[in-house]
Amino acid sequence: MSEKKSATVEVRLPSRMGYEKVAMSTASAVAKLMGFREDRIEDLKTAIAEACINAIEHGNRLNERLSVGVVLSAGSEALEVKVIDDGKGITQKPAKPDIDRKMHGEEDPRGMGMFLIQALVDEAEWVAGSDGKSSYVRLVIRLDKDAE
Amino acid sequence: MQTETKTHVDQLTSPAGHAVTVLRFEGDIASTSKDAVLGAYHSLAKETKIILLDFTKVDYLNSSGIALVIQLMIEASNVQQKVYAFGLSAHFTKVFTMVGITKYAGLFPGQDEALAAL
Repeated sequence: MSEKKSATVEVRLPSRMGYEKVAMSTASAVAKLMGFREDRIEDLKTAIAEACINAIEHGNRLNERLSVGVVLSAGSEALEVKVIDDGKGITQKPAKPDIDRKMHGEEDPRGMGMFLIQALVDEAEWVAGSDGKSSYVRLVIRLDKDAE
Repeated sequence: MQTETKTHVDQLTSPAGHAVTVLRFEGDIASTSKDAVLGAYHSLAKETKIILLDFTKVDYLNSSGIALVIQLMIEASNVQQKVYAFGLSAHFTKVFTMVGITKYAGLFPGQDEALAAL
């Protein structure tokens, strides 16, 4: 496993809360093989968990007949992850959470998932499926060569 | 797939002599943990002034779980209770800082450090 060849790993998850942990474990294993630092693996695990939760809850609306696809593409310098669901995708990203507004009851305490995804990986984009479904979020986390 | 959240309540006294109520969480803290987090908080005596959240045995925490912690902080703030936490991993200490929780709840590495500061 010392040669850094590209590799693709795919996982399909049932649309049931808790199964995001399968994606977290798989991503963690791939990232370890690629040589990511432990702190970056923790960032990746949280970002993937939040992406899968959004796909299960909002994309597939907890419909267990639908599955969530997770495609991990390991390259020589970065890991790209696509989390695919059967929803229409999002048209507008929620605002950055504001703890003061939350504490004063002016903002829902929830709604931090997309913020965490963006904050924890190097790239995050949400792509709406052209057919009104098969939307995905694409995450990229880069190997920091100086720090590895 | 989600591990049940267990909550245990302890009553301690800080070296400075303050009564401290510790909510010790165990397992996952996620969307299914409302009763374990908020239910345990609601069961506390109304005279409670200082609440310490123990995350040492938490295996998994997601944004829905963090939202429950914020909801607890909101309710505590409304009745002038102080909330502190300890036992978070380096990663979740970073996440709590990113979402602003540290502005309203002090974080400590462990119980001894927390009690010494209260």
